Amino acid sequence: MTAAPIIDIQDISIGFTGLSGSTLPVLRNIDLSVRPGESVGLVGESGSGKSTLALAAMGYLKRGLRVLNGSSHFNGDDMFSQSRKSLEHIRGGKLGLVPQNSGQSLTPTLRIGAQLTEALRLHSKLDQAQYRARVLELLGQVRLPDPEAIYARFPHELSGGQQQRVAIAMALAGEPDALLLDEPTTGLDVTTQAHILELLRDLAAETGMAMVYVSHDLGAIARVCDRVVVMYAGEVVLESTAKQVLTAPTHPYARGLLASIPKLSDPHLPTALDGRPPAPGKAGAGCAFVDRCGIASGLCRSSRPPLAAGPGGAMSRCHHAEQANQLPMTSTGADPERSDPNAPAALALDKVSISYAKQGLIEKLLGKEDTRPVTVDGISVAMKRGETLGLVGESGSGKSTILKSIAGLLPPAGGEITFGDGGHLPQEVERRSNDHLRRIQLIFQNPDDSMNPRHTIAEILEQPLKLYFGLKGQALHDRSAELLERVRLGAHYMTRLPSQLSGGEKQRVAVARAFAAEPELVLCDEVTSALDVSVQAAVLDLLNELKQEQGTTYVFVSHDLAVVRALSDRVAVLYQGRLCEIGPSEDVYALPSHPYTEVLLGAVLEPDPDYAPKLTADDVIELAPPAQGCPFQRRCPRKLGAICDTDSPPWQQQPNGHAVRCHISLEELNRLQVDEARSDETPKETLSA
Amino acid sequence: MLRMFIRRLFLGLITVALVSLIIFAGVEFLPGDACTAFLEREAQGKILENCREELGLNRPAAERYLEWAANALQGNLGMSANGEDSIGSLVGARLGNSLLLAACALLTGVPLAIVLGVIAGLWRDRPADLIVSTAAIFAMTIPEFVSATVLILLFSVWLGWLPGIVLTSADAPVAEFFPEIILPVIVLSMVMTAHILRMVRSSVIEVMNGDYIQMATLKGVPYWQMVFRHALPNALLPAINVVALTIAWLLGGVVVIEVVFNYPGLGRMMIDAISDRDLPVVQALALIVATVYVFVNLTADMLTMIANPRLRTLYTRK
Repeated sequence: MTAAPIIDIQDISIGFTGLSGSTLPVLRNIDLSVRPGESVGLVGESGSGKSTLALAAMGYLKRGLRVLNGSSHFNGDDMFSQSRKSLEHIRGGKLGLVPQNSGQSLTPTLRIGAQLTEALRLHSKLDQAQYRARVLELLGQVRLPDPEAIYARFPHELSGGQQQRVAIAMALAGEPDALLLDEPTTGLDVTTQAHILELLRDLAAETGMAMVYVSHDLGAIARVCDRVVVMYAGEVVLESTAKQVLTAPTHPYARGLLASIPKLSDPHLPTALDGRPPAPGKAGAGCAFVDRCGIASGLCRSSRPPLAAGPGGAMSRCHHAEQANQLPMTSTGADPERSDPNAPAALALDKVSISYAKQGLIEKLLGKEDTRPVTVDGISVAMKRGETLGLVGESGSGKSTILKSIAGLLPPAGGEITFGDGGHLPQEVERRSNDHLRRIQLIFQNPDDSMNPRHTIAEILEQPLKLYFGLKGQALHDRSAELLERVRLGAHYMTRLPSQLSGGEKQRVAVARAFAAEPELVLCDEVTSALDVSVQAAVLDLLNELKQEQGTTYVFVSHDLAVVRALSDRVAVLYQGRLCEIGPSEDVYALPSHPYTEVLLGAVLEPDPDYAPKLTADDVIELAPPAQGCPFQRRCPRKLGAICDTDSPPWQQQPNGHAVRCHISLEELNRLQVDEARSDETPKETLSA
Repeated sequence: MLRMFIRRLFLGLITVALVSLIIFAGVEFLPGDACTAFLEREAQGKILENCREELGLNRPAAERYLEWAANALQGNLGMSANGEDSIGSLVGARLGNSLLLAACALLTGVPLAIVLGVIAGLWRDRPADLIVSTAAIFAMTIPEFVSATVLILLFSVWLGWLPGIVLTSADAPVAEFFPEIILPVIVLSMVMTAHILRMVRSSVIEVMNGDYIQMATLKGVPYWQMVFRHALPNALLPAINVVALTIAWLLGGVVVIEVVFNYPGLGRMMIDAISDRDLPVVQALALIVATVYVFVNLTADMLTMIANPRLRTLYTRK
């Protein structure tokens, strides 16, 4: 522990020149030191400066930024006063980077082999003839199947997880002493994320390299880091061991962050951390977190707390660090609103199949049988008014496709969608009446893409009001203002443009726009995926409240199983567009599970350094479901044998509506899974004893 | 990929066929025909009847269209309205001249545009970019006849370095067009360079802001290697289509330039044919220009597809 730090950042401040000509700091007086072999996590919300700090370790600044004071050393070399040549030598050599979005960080016109060879050419002493063998070795080291094939591919021909592995291999090519990872698993499926993290843990252990892991996800940090630095508004607010930060943090922000994470083990809604961090240069004389803090005092407004050693050796930037433990760090959120089992029917999907392929004109004219390949098949679900159905599955599982079909944007190729009490619902959106359109509303994943950037918030909200209710003048204005109040934004937002709002505020406007139509059914497509956890909790809370008041029915799509659990009455698990399991959420999340659900649940990370994910299946992305048998046959860790390849598994119904589609009987599944859960517990206890 | 090419080729041929139909119909609806144009004031009564009889203009339009189209397919574009020259031979020489002008303009303009565009993009908002970008805007906004006239005034009237007008006859050998062709080439390259340059500049800026350029930098790739290996192959892809449009524009006859410099190309031939009401020539020229447009664009699309791996997989998978 006494070795000299390999990355040593001292008192660094980085800022840019604002429109008014004043200097706005993005990072304020940050110290960060990482010793050889150590793995440090940088956590914080978007805009907290964590990526800027990581890039500063490489001596790199994004366009427009400049160093205001302080220094950044790597292995004793000052990274901001190196010659271009020596920077080129260090970057990608002894100091590697795994970027946030590997899909966009690999050059699209160069083959994978060429990009890795380039890294070797720049940073290794190997002979040219050895490059190919070494590249294949690196691809194998990051556990890519069939390195020879990957070598010859272009980046866009790989899945997200494979691209991320290639990026890691590229960083390893320089045999780095330290690796910077900038949100390396954000945007990946849970299973893929868990596999990448295990790979990183193993690589760190094998090579002894230091890691700086930047993430907003405390679960991921918990899995790979020894020490955690929590950042807020460009400052370090808490620094301690991973265990202490995650289990007994002494800063109110860290506790709020932990409380806002939805957890698999907790069916409550997470607690929202209201408000947002001050913009660069807007933090006053006091603590930057003061407006969102539950224990703020007058002192917090007038003086900026220093980063001081507190209880348990943690460095905390809080005047009241010793009181922070009064604040909750687990969810104190509301119980999710449960639906009434006797409510009238709201929506029914009957053997719905959906295809993206278009039926050929000639086949259609000849009346030939529809032989298009179907992305989604055999979906039958009936929902009651006021019920929330969660749809979960990896990317490509057809979750969003089903929403599009219900919205009429992609009419089903087979089967029927009925709405309300059996009333006829035209399947194509063009043929639906205005009233049908009003009753079914859709909220999209990314509010930046779903709102016209040149419309004010008022114009955005007025459109459904004019279209469905013919409101005009004062009535229109009043109703828009009322809607904004409903989503806790206030009427003063009406004249703003979407770009002047934060991500969470924009998503609230999107919710308000959907509810302006007074819908009966709201389709939510990954509505919280683009948001920070603290903001996510607020949006979930809002959706729950609206449901309580208006009895709205939701179909809630998310790849995050914990988020789905927090809001849903029932959960349907999809694989390759086919249902695997459906039932009341507490039953789906409890044993026995469909083997696929088990794989998904096993890969979910908890913000707990002692928690290890259970990875039982590979994170392969299948492009199409198998022609016959069980859709999950190729990845199933509990595959029985030939029967899974040839016969479609039967639905095993339980009296409470829980149904699992598997050849293995529920009793057998239960026995296997409970046994394994027990044997998993034992070694952990012996370790800690 | 091959299927895609055949499909596009087929669609291109259909486009040309439709264009030919539209051209023929357009000419058909115009008052007057080849005979009225040829006979001028004598075009009446018996003489006109005889002329029409002789040229077969009394037959139904569909029949004449098919005959014209069939002949055009075999390379026979018919006879000019004066009844003496075959259009094929008239067009042949002019097409050659237009190709010469286009080739010279492209060979100067395209490399210049790419080099300047890349410079402006890489040194964005620096003096080099400001000079190049401002010059480009001037070159684009000043109408060609103005810049042409100014250049003639400067280089041929005042300085006397270059001939200001082309006096060589249409069917003269290529070598005789020098140095008369130099001023028209300069004017054309100016306009063309400006368009392509601005496109290249914005494309370079976009690519240089991309994640993979940041990644290449942080992987330790030296600057110029990064520019040539990672940035330019991606930044220049969109240039292919703009260059193609420019080629089509150049071959389609740059009427203004040809008139100002008295250059004997397709553009001036078209103008002359229109004022002479030489409808068979107008028809033939319109068809040639449309065909050039369609096939140059087809070539550009194919090239883009070959150069862009993402498009390539998109179409080979299907």
